[in-house]
Amino acid sequence: MAQRKRALVVSALLTLGAIILLATRGLNLGIDFKGGVLVEVVYPQTVELDNVRAELARGGYPEAVVQYFGGTSDVLIRLLPDPTASSAEISTKVLASLDAKANDVQLRRVEFVGPQVGEELKQDGLAALLAAFVGIGIYVMFRFEWKFSLGSIAALTHDAIMTLGYLALVQEEFDLTVLAGILAMLGYSNNETIVIFDRIRENLLTLRQRSVRDVINLSINQTLLRSIITHFTVLMVLSSLYFFGGKSVHGFAVAMIVGVLVATYSSIYVSSGVTVLLNLKREDLLPPEDKDEKIKAEKLAKAENDGAVV
Amino acid sequence: MQQYPLWKTLTLIIVTLIGALYALPNLYGEEPAVQITTTSGDPLPADFSATVAKSFEAEKIETTASRLEGKQWVVRLKSTDSQLKAADVLKAGLGRGYVVALNSAPKTPGWLHAIGAKPMTLGLDLRGGVHFLLQVDVDDVRKAAVDRYVNDIPALLRKNDIRYTSRKAVGDALVLEFADTEKLDKARSTISREYRELTLTTPPDATTPTLSARISDVEARTIVDNAVQQNLITLRNRVNQFGVAEPIVQRQGADRIVVQLPGVKDSSDIKERLRATATLEYRAVDESGDANSAASSGVVPPGDELFYHRGDHRPYLLKREIIASGAQLTSAQPTIDQQSGTPAVSVTLDASGAKKMLEFTSKSVGHPMAVVYKEVEYTTTYNAKGDPIRERHNVQEVISVATIQGVFSSRFQTTGLSNKEASDLANLLKAGALAAPISIVEERTVGPSLGADNIKKGTYAAVAGFLLVVTFMALYYSLFGLFADFALLLNVVLIIAALSIFGATLTMPGIAGIVLTLGMAVDANVLINERIREELRLGLPPHQAMNEGYNRAFLTIADSNVTTLIAAIVLFTLGAGPVKGFAITLALGLATSMFTSIIGTRTIAYYTLRNRKLKDLPV
Repeated sequence: MAQRKRALVVSALLTLGAIILLATRGLNLGIDFKGGVLVEVVYPQTVELDNVRAELARGGYPEAVVQYFGGTSDVLIRLLPDPTASSAEISTKVLASLDAKANDVQLRRVEFVGPQVGEELKQDGLAALLAAFVGIGIYVMFRFEWKFSLGSIAALTHDAIMTLGYLALVQEEFDLTVLAGILAMLGYSNNETIVIFDRIRENLLTLRQRSVRDVINLSINQTLLRSIITHFTVLMVLSSLYFFGGKSVHGFAVAMIVGVLVATYSSIYVSSGVTVLLNLKREDLLPPEDKDEKIKAEKLAKAENDGAVV
Repeated sequence: MQQYPLWKTLTLIIVTLIGALYALPNLYGEEPAVQITTTSGDPLPADFSATVAKSFEAEKIETTASRLEGKQWVVRLKSTDSQLKAADVLKAGLGRGYVVALNSAPKTPGWLHAIGAKPMTLGLDLRGGVHFLLQVDVDDVRKAAVDRYVNDIPALLRKNDIRYTSRKAVGDALVLEFADTEKLDKARSTISREYRELTLTTPPDATTPTLSARISDVEARTIVDNAVQQNLITLRNRVNQFGVAEPIVQRQGADRIVVQLPGVKDSSDIKERLRATATLEYRAVDESGDANSAASSGVVPPGDELFYHRGDHRPYLLKREIIASGAQLTSAQPTIDQQSGTPAVSVTLDASGAKKMLEFTSKSVGHPMAVVYKEVEYTTTYNAKGDPIRERHNVQEVISVATIQGVFSSRFQTTGLSNKEASDLANLLKAGALAAPISIVEERTVGPSLGADNIKKGTYAAVAGFLLVVTFMALYYSLFGLFADFALLLNVVLIIAALSIFGATLTMPGIAGIVLTLGMAVDANVLINERIREELRLGLPPHQAMNEGYNRAFLTIADSNVTTLIAAIVLFTLGAGPVKGFAITLALGLATSMFTSIIGTRTIAYYTLRNRKLKDLPV
């Protein structure tokens, strides 16, 4: 906790950096959110991307983005949404221009998202993020206290921004599955925060002599070992997904791995740090009747002492 | 050490058994099968098994089983060769009324089947197939409805000799101006009598007597609703032609339809078919010509066209001229004829259609009139490799021939039908006339190779993740680690069982969700074990430390899992397709992990350690 101030400053700076990254470089939005056409094809042997580009240009798609996708015979073709062309025709025409049947090109998958649907998913995604924050915030407020709630929301915001910043940095494709990963990571990161809060509450109520700051420090130390072990196991399974899961969950695995690493940090420093900043006092955690009792007792004591000294 | 509540032990045993039972079907493989359903969606006739058996007997095809499963008749076969042969035989033998599809049927043994156990449903990204999201162009429908009364109302007023001074279309409404309020009132009552669904108002700022007519909101919603419903019916029928096993055609929201076709590799035919529209034509029957001789000789009299009836394939010679077409049909409802009490179809035409119908019927009482239905259709057959071959035909059939009983214009009935025929005819009329155009707004096609690939990768990742965690827990927490490992195994079994029982769909993100749960489920046990270690350090005797560990940790575990659950719920509501699968497995995993980590490990710990005199806990 001694490093609390330093940690908060570092957090703030990194978060700022992440925000700048997001604003300038931006996320590499997948077609789920931008709309467009995605075609993945497999050639029987290594193929030159330039040849593919030429064929597509001949077929009327000079602006197609073509790249390798996990091997030199596996090609991913991406087209931006074209409001003039009739929707799903595009995927058929792309395949035709590659002369699929003649060259024994195998279709792995096609994804077409109309611009309207893409827009809707984008808005739904943002709404989902917001809903997750609100839902979690309300729950923490119920179980603990509003100051904790703000602390946990601060931590979550920090986690989300940092993870998104990293994704913007490496330009990992941001599709629906990655968004799912971020939401899952938020929920999981809050797990962490709650375990610490739980310990803080328990200690605050039992160790009445210690100052709030000391209690928080102690609680964090006590739960530190457990946190590290749990994060370790989760990172283990996530790396298993990353290495074996293939391309479809790749973005998801990256988002979660980064998220878990950031979450470890934030649960320790950010949420408790903010709570301290908000001046958490022991009384805040007492059940309401006890709190009133205490306030009444204090008032009474004050009144008595204000009387004339005899 | 206190007695451990018996109910907890019993619950654990029962849950384990049920879980194992219902997860079991996933271990059995699949066998080639042919699935049969009716095109109309009606249940199969009672003697169907005899019909099927007869077809096979002739060709000497051996089946391993042939029975009704749910709403479909499933014939299971020994090899893909006999599967293809069976499909051909059935198609030829059963005809148009049935959809015959190739599929792989799970080999769940009878006793499991009897308790309702079945394997998990695999999503499109694991099975391969096509997913479309279609948007019904409701604006078009609304515009057509508006156009109709913008044109028809002035005609109506003219017919009733009510003069208006000006008319114009303002947005959705038709605005008429009159010379005086008397004419306005007459107009109002005439219009409201004829068009009950319109709202008639006088604009507040009007200087002259003005009437504004527009569709009420309720009516507008009904029109949209009907259009989408009609499209749904039409699409279902069309999808059936593709010989796909277990297709999904469902409404999504106010104006969208989801179509999912597992196992389909090539989507271009299907796309065309889904968006095609059918048409209708009312034509006069040429009674002077001989339809039969025209059919056999191929020589059609000039001014006529040859058509065949949909049901009995009788040839008819119809005049070329079209009396009314589908575009002029405003409604078609099955109803009961007032006079005879028999089922009938009641049809309403708009003003232009009514005019021509009036002209025609005035000259033709006692003569027959036919309705022709035109559409593009696909048939699906299979080649030797089991690949589907789809051919398109232009269908033009006579769907109804009726004698004109009296003179009519806009409203008339077709009688002489059975209940089913009446509703079928009404549906066909609506499909040919009222369906709104649709556009494809989302398409996801996963090729079969990718599907198989995903399953492989997903399984590897899950197994690798599981082994890693299990090893770590055993090493770090020794005996209590092993307890946690058992809980983890039970957890996976329970998740699979739950997915199988609820018929939820497993997708690639769903597998990712299961893998994630593996990592998160141990969290509970880590909490418990660390707590136990702490209590031991504080000096509590072993058994007590264990109890304290469990008691203290429970609330924390519950609390922390709730927030991940909230995230899962949010994802579920957001969820499109695969993401929903992830939300489901995540939520399920959390629920089952709470059970297995706490009750599971505690029960085992109790029974393993209860009689031992412990100096220290192996944790």
